[in-house]
Amino acid sequence: MKVTAKDVESVAILSRLELKETDMEKYTKHLNAFLEYADVMTSLNTDGVKPTDHVLPLQNIFREDVVKHSLDRELALSNAPQREDGYFKVPKILED
Amino acid sequence: MRLFDKPAHVLHDMLVNKEITAVELLNDVFLRIDEVEDQVKAYLTQTRKTAFEQALFVDAKIAKGETIGFLEGIPGAIKDNICTMGVKTTCASKMLEHFVPPYNATVVEKLQTQNPVILGKTNMDEFAMGGSTENSAYFPTHNPWNLDCVPGGSSGGSAAAVAAGTAIWSIGSDTGGSIRQPASFCGVVGIKPTYGRVSRYGLVAFASSLDQIGPLTRDVTDCAHLLNILCGYDAKDSTSINATVPDFTKSLVQDIKGLKIGLPKEYFVKGMDADVERAIRTAIKKLEALGAEVVEVSMPHTDYAISTYYLLAPAEASSNLARYDGVSYGERVEGIDIVDMMNKTRSAKFGEEVKRRIMIGSYALSAGYYDAYYVKALKVRTLVKQDFDEAFEKVDLIVAPTAPTPAYKIGEMNSDPLKMYLQDICTIPLNLAGLPGMSIPCGFTNTGMPVGLQLIGKPLDEATIIRAAYTYEQSNEFHNSIAPLGEDKK
Repeated sequence: MKVTAKDVESVAILSRLELKETDMEKYTKHLNAFLEYADVMTSLNTDGVKPTDHVLPLQNIFREDVVKHSLDRELALSNAPQREDGYFKVPKILED
Repeated sequence: MRLFDKPAHVLHDMLVNKEITAVELLNDVFLRIDEVEDQVKAYLTQTRKTAFEQALFVDAKIAKGETIGFLEGIPGAIKDNICTMGVKTTCASKMLEHFVPPYNATVVEKLQTQNPVILGKTNMDEFAMGGSTENSAYFPTHNPWNLDCVPGGSSGGSAAAVAAGTAIWSIGSDTGGSIRQPASFCGVVGIKPTYGRVSRYGLVAFASSLDQIGPLTRDVTDCAHLLNILCGYDAKDSTSINATVPDFTKSLVQDIKGLKIGLPKEYFVKGMDADVERAIRTAIKKLEALGAEVVEVSMPHTDYAISTYYLLAPAEASSNLARYDGVSYGERVEGIDIVDMMNKTRSAKFGEEVKRRIMIGSYALSAGYYDAYYVKALKVRTLVKQDFDEAFEKVDLIVAPTAPTPAYKIGEMNSDPLKMYLQDICTIPLNLAGLPGMSIPCGFTNTGMPVGLQLIGKPLDEATIIRAAYTYEQSNEFHNSIAPLGEDKK
């Protein structure tokens, strides 16, 4: 087993997911099965091959720096789980 | 006379000739929905009231003697990961259970200039992650050809609706086969255009370098018309291609004489269903009889494409789905502080497959593994693309199965996600290479399930795909079959 329960714990923190005790075992299994599968690919020789992030020969798409119409504040806030005085409201982040 | 079983181009002509009205057409499709939707379950949301208003509007136009466009008054449906202003867009996830987009996706804007009748939003695998629509957080969709079977996925609702006659056309999205595979399983036509051909603005992102929107239709003619509407440059999508869009209906000609077609031997995999192979081989003979020259080509990196995809897609997804943090939209589950709130929200509202892929993606992108897995996968992606580049030096078009099996039973694959991933071997390489691919009906298995033939084109060469698909389609009757379902069995 390459992936340990400890690895799963740290990946869960990176993923902002809270795992139950019973999940830990399941995800350890999933990640190991997955890595075994990924090794099909890692065995391939790719010396000198350039990576392809995406297939289009596009880079740095610029536009004119002009003000355009954007979403009205009311619409932008229309799906907010919590709002106050025209802002998104979140639980406290900083200590007093 | 029933109308739901006719393709859009036939219905369009009937509207123009005043043989039917848009309201009559809509009422017949509503009736069909009433007859079979409780069995098929293709829709997450129905928009009957606005649909009726849209039909009335088109009838008024016709009554005034105005000319109407191809899609005007023709009822269709949109996959629930495409933003529709004022209409709930859930991605079949509990995370977006109450999300009402404040804007339209570009494809929805483009469609709306045509005054179609929008019937609603279709079911899918949660965040488009899956190939069976069983991963919907709400309910599975059933295959209209056999209700015990899956419709494929992730655009399973869109394919099932068109196959069941509960929509005349629909829109789906394809990240690893999510338009083509359900089209194959449900016996309809589905195309994933070239990456960048159709704007992704307003498509809920899954794996941005692979995602592409496309239509599902009854036949190739409708597909060409829909492509004309959907394709084109959009400044709001930074990966949109600024290329001329031809009139795809000009390619609706029966002529493939001298067309060079490549047959990739790696796509005829071990474990392929015998009926599927028979249907595909028969279709290839037919293409030869119609004048095409078929040669074998080799795509040696096909086997590596799946593991590459199942690394890259989760990596991109883990990043894209970071936005669901309970702050600006989507659901929130309260916690003791902001991190706890985010953890609780994401743990409670994402489904199993989504969490699994986020975990895999985060792992592949994390320090120490980034080069070994993520960058490695990007390099293999280059090799997969080169296979196609080399093949297309010799041929104009590549033909292959869309999927190695017909639709399987609901629940059959649940125990083994990796086995399900193998389902995607014929579709995934195109997404990695950004190529256009279409699935068209090419026969049935002994148990009466549809089989799809996949036509793969050079970048931006959807026109050749359409020409070959149309020529093949017109030589048989497969596209005229409607799923045997409801009172109106055929």
